Order: sequence, then structure tokens, then C-alpha cells
Amino acid sequence: MALSGIQIFKFLPKTNCGECGVPTCLAFAMSLAAGKAELAKCPYVSEASKAALSEASAPPIRTVVIGSGDSAVKVGGETVLFRHEKTFVNRPGLALLLTDTMEDAEIAARVKRFGELRYPRVGLILKGELLAIESKSGDATKFKALVDKVKDVPEANFVLIANDVALLKAGAQALAGKKPLLCAATAANIDAVGALAKETACPVVVRAESLDGVAALTAKLEAMGVKDIVIDTGSRKIREAFIDQLALRRGALSGKNKAWGYPSIVFPNEMTQDPIMESLYAATFVAKYGGIIVLSDFRGETLFPILLERLNIYADPQRPMVTEPKVYEIGNVTENSPLLVTSNFALTYFIVSGEIEASRVGAYLLVVDTEGLSVLTAWAAGKFAGDLVGAALKKSGIADRTKNRKVVIPGLAAIISGDLEEELGPDWNVIIGPREASHIVPFLKQMVA
Amino acid sequence: MVDFPKVESNGTIKETTLGSGDKAFTIGGESAYPFHTFEGKMPHAPKLAMEVWDIAPSEWATELNVVFGDVYQDPVAWAKRCVELGADAVMLTLASTDPNGNNAPAAQAVETVKKVSKEIRSPLIVWGVENDAKDGETLRAVAEAIDDRPLVLGPVVEGNYKQVGAGAIGYKHFVVANSPIDINLAKQLNILLGNLGVKDQYVLMDPSVGGLGYGLEYTYSVMERARQAALTQGDDKLQFPLFCNVGKEVWKTKEAKTSEQQEPTWGVAKTRGIAMEAMTTVAFLLSGADLVVIRHPETLKTVRQYLAEMMQ
Repeated sequence: MALSGIQIFKFLPKTNCGECGVPTCLAFAMSLAAGKAELAKCPYVSEASKAALSEASAPPIRTVVIGSGDSAVKVGGETVLFRHEKTFVNRPGLALLLTDTMEDAEIAARVKRFGELRYPRVGLILKGELLAIESKSGDATKFKALVDKVKDVPEANFVLIANDVALLKAGAQALAGKKPLLCAATAANIDAVGALAKETACPVVVRAESLDGVAALTAKLEAMGVKDIVIDTGSRKIREAFIDQLALRRGALSGKNKAWGYPSIVFPNEMTQDPIMESLYAATFVAKYGGIIVLSDFRGETLFPILLERLNIYADPQRPMVTEPKVYEIGNVTENSPLLVTSNFALTYFIVSGEIEASRVGAYLLVVDTEGLSVLTAWAAGKFAGDLVGAALKKSGIADRTKNRKVVIPGLAAIISGDLEEELGPDWNVIIGPREASHIVPFLKQMVA
Repeated sequence: MVDFPKVESNGTIKETTLGSGDKAFTIGGESAYPFHTFEGKMPHAPKLAMEVWDIAPSEWATELNVVFGDVYQDPVAWAKRCVELGADAVMLTLASTDPNGNNAPAAQAVETVKKVSKEIRSPLIVWGVENDAKDGETLRAVAEAIDDRPLVLGPVVEGNYKQVGAGAIGYKHFVVANSPIDINLAKQLNILLGNLGVKDQYVLMDPSVGGLGYGLEYTYSVMERARQAALTQGDDKLQFPLFCNVGKEVWKTKEAKTSEQQEPTWGVAKTRGIAMEAMTTVAFLLSGADLVVIRHPETLKTVRQYLAEMMQ
């Protein structure tokens, strides 16, 4: 459960040395409570305090890491039911299914898609993170051969899906050091699978037919000293699986069902044959609490939208998404293309650039660093003032790239035009653009007509 | 069922019956979060409307042109096709009236509304061009001209609510109260409409839609906050059915329109636009939408199936 600043303060050295970057221990404690600082910034906190703090502040849903190194995927660690209450923290991992009954060519094509289907957006690369390797044949040799074939796929994390502990063991050995997720421990095999998870330090899925069954299995693993657990409630119908996700999250966050305090794994791939329905199920689990989402395939037309939804839902409502401040070329630009200016709030950038693109008028878009504030808010906060925008324009070097000397400012910030003209000097002509992005299309068409 | 913590609600969303006769339907009435029927009521499945324009759109995605291109010139035929395809309601957007486009006079748009209204018995939503002044004028004229059936008029905003609201009261039309992704402004507009004399069961709330990848999360959270306040804090100024105009926001994006030749990693354009529209609809259904406007019949089909499964 989250601790208050005062509760955290009791564990700090109270020396007010300031080395953490804030002047007092109390202020640091407040920052920690607000999630704005990390305990590691304090060089003097004792190991005992550290352990006590991490125990006391452990989120009610455990964070589980699958894989190793930079591309490992972290799931769980959530603390709220609704994203607006704070934020969702760890984006659900998306897994691409491979089975040992697929042809070699099919496996190769899937692995290729796994590597290729990645999408740059707001400074991030959106992509799926996992390969889910399933034994359909039950044949250990085939399973091991498949694992061996794909074990070195770059940036892949793995889920091993088999009922037989011997297969999971073979797979885990082939993936030694890569911390695959073992799937699954059931009432029938939990002793053996639990022992394997402990021995290999791999995270493990528990699967039961009911939530009570899940609680019994996680309790058993905890007793064995296995902590990195992921829950499969066994439901393969969307309504049941949806309610299970709600139950797990509510039970864990309320503290009433501590045995449910782990991330989940869901299987839209087993819930329908229709790729669009499957994507709707995945969309449901992105919004409502899926931890790992297994997909029957990665197809650009459904994967890309799922990734966009995931980016949106997991965006931190307390921190605006920003885009890199620089000059963007939109459409086919020439040396006479118009120059527009906007803020670096990512949403503003997306909407403005989308409208410019829709106008089919090639244009330069100068994104000014407004610390993620939208145009009007940034102007009100003094971060979209005429002199700042002018300085950003000069610094961007756009004057060397175009002969055009007209700069279009957002209609909402019309008031800065005088200051901007002054800053830029007589070479430049400041034009007041539309107040709403939706009017950019007719505005640009008219401007170049 | 296994025991887990339940949310007790102390509020209910108002029920609204749109349309008249055998095509009328009721939305709202929830006393639980969307599809949370284990702890409260969700008496009506959300409904899906399809969008028709009064002039041929020039910028719609290829995938939509394929389905509707042959009736773009004829709003009546287009609306009939939507009904045939299974739409619960038709939304007629008076695109001709856009001051940034044709800027057709209100009287001319009214003629189209009359024709469509005469031929379509399903609930009819008449939509403006998101220009406060022009919409005020057009929607007022529509409200007065159609006196033989209830319409749903929108977007009604702070800048024109008096004009449209007064027309709606006089002729018993419904209004869609539109606010710019802000829960306080949404509430304020509902209060203003109430003060004007618009009865509660004549109001739908439109929080404004951010498309997938374009601020979907803002709309999503405003809707969740509105439902939370409506159901658990008894805030009766937010207890209105939610309306989402999804089609427009999805289909205008480059992600929905760009061909696979241009962007091979984006996958098949045909399916992508539909998947985006259906997924965006699902995200809003999960956050409380009662009436969603879409454009593609395949979206209608898959979301219907999804709803059938989720409402069981």
C-alpha cells in the first residue's frame, strides 16, 4: 500500500544533507510519496530502512519481469482501478503465438513480422514484446527444436506454454538466462512446475478454473518461495474473462484478496477465430487490466491499433506526452512551403500535423518546447511568448532551408504576433492562423492558392 | 460466483427513449459501470448509429467510398442503406452548411432533413458542422421545420444552447450537449440546458471524441470520471446517457486512410480502418458510451457481436 510522506520520513536519516536534490528529508519524503523521486537518490538511507520501505510500499499487485536485459518486459505493479485516479504503470505485454505444429516457413514469417512490426511514436518504439511458444503436439523434441530455433530472436521475451513439466523444463534450459514465463502450473502439476520455477528463477503462470482455485495455487507457490507469479483464470469467453480481470484487480487493491496480487495473462487467441473480434478482445484487456495478452498473430492492421490504444490508456494523466521540439517536414515541402508554429504537447502536434497532411499542402511545422503545455495554456504560462517562439525559430535553422519568410502562428496565440515580429525583424511576416486545428485545411489551401 | 469487492452505486443514469414507433429504442438506465451487471443494472445494450452526409464527401476513406459511394449524391438512399445494414439510428450530418466549405443556407439543409425524415423511421440524429453560430442557426431551423417527429439535435454547445435548446423544447426534440473533453464544462452545459427548461430525458452528453492515437485517453477518462460521479457520488448533473461520434474521428486519421503500399508495416488498409473504428468504439463502450456513431458496416457487425457477448 502507498505510504504517506510522514510515514516515509520516519525511515529517512533526517540529516537534511540535501544530496538527494531537495533541501530537507521531509521534502524528499513528500516527493517519494508523490512518486516524483526514487529512494536510491538518498545515499545515506540504511539497508534496514530500505528493506522496510520497499516492503511497506510494495504495490498490492506484484511487478513481474519476464526476460532479461534492456528489452525485458515488466507487468503488474498497478495501484488503481481507473487511470485518472493516478496512472496505469506497466503496459501489458503483447505476445505473438508460435506453435510446434506450424510449418517452418510459417514460423519464419512470424518471427520476421515480430521484428518488423514496430512503430515510432512520440519518441517511443511501439512493438510487441513476447513470443509465446506453445506445444500443441505434446512432443518434447519438437517443442525443444522450436525453442532452439527462435531463442536468439532479437529483443524477444518468451512464454513457454505446455502442460507437461518435462517440456517446460526443456524449454527453460534452452532459454537459460532469458527468464521465460512458464505456463502453466495447474492443480495437477503445481509441485513440479513450482519446483522448476524456483530452480530456474523463472516467472510462472498459475491456471485454475475459478478465482478461488487461483488463490489456492498462488498461496501454494508463495509457500514454496516462488514470488514471480502471473494469473490465468482459465476463462476463454470475453464476458467471463473481463469479469475475472475486474475481480482480480479489485480484490488485490482492496487488500481483501491478497492471493490475487499478481498480473494476469489473457488469451484472445483462444477466444475466437476472427482477427477483428480478437483485436476487440485485446482492446478490452488493454483497458481493463490484462497483464500479458497473447495474440494468434501479429498483423499490422490490428497490432498497430492495439499498440496505439495501449500507448493512450497507459499515458500518465499527470504528465503530458511531448514531442521533440524541432522543425518537421509534412508532405512534399519545397523552398516556398509555408511555416507553421505550434506547441510540443504531443496531442497538439498530432492533430496539427494530421490536419496539415490532410490539406495536401506541403509545410514546415516548427514545434516549440512548451514543456508539454498546449498552445493557450503555454501562452498563459509565458512559454509561448513572442520572443521565445522567435528565438526557437532562429535556432531551428529553418531560415536556411526555405526562402519563404511567412510564419503562421496559432489563432489562439494571436496576441504574440507583435512581439514575434519584433524578435524576428523585418525579414519575416507573421500571419495569424486559425484558432482551431480543424480549420487548417481551408486556411492552407487558401494560403497557397 | 467468487466473492470480490463490489461497488455500490447511489445513482442511476437517466433513461431516454429516442425516436417513435416500432423503431424507437431506449438507452441509459445504468446503475453500474459498463457491463458490470454483477453489481447493478445495465438494462439496455448501447446502440449504434451510422453517419450520412447531405452532400457527397470528397475526403472519405476508400473503404467507405466502396460501400456508400453510389449513394453519396442521395442522402435518402444513403440513409436507407444504413438502416438496411442494421443501424439502430441514422445521423445526418449537414456538411453542406459548413462556412469553411459550401456554406449552404440553413433553409436548404432543412429541405434535405425533411426528405430524409419522411423516408426513415429509425431515430434520426441531425448533426451540424461544429461551428457554434452556423449550427445554432441551422439546428434551430431544423427543430422548427420538423414538427411531426422527435429528432436528436447536435452538437449543442455553450455558444448556441439557447437557440437550439429553445427550438428543441418547443418541438420536443432531443439535444446532444457537447463539451470539449472537460468534465466540469460538460456538467455546466447540462445545468444551463436544465435552467433553460430542457427536460432531463431530452439530453445526451457528448464529451467530444479523441480518436485512437489522438487523445483517446482524454475522452476515455472524462467518461469514466463522469460515470464515477454519476453512479457513486450521486451527481445528478452527470447522470445522462453518453454519446460518442467515433466514425468521424477515426476515419480522418492517416492511420485509417493510408494504403498498405505506402506503409507496409501498417497492414491491410481495409481491415485496419474497421479495426480502428471498432476498437475505439469498444474503448468508449467500456468507459460508458450509450450511443455511438460509426461509419463502416463491418464495424457495426463486429461491435454488435461484441455487445451480444458482453451483455449476456
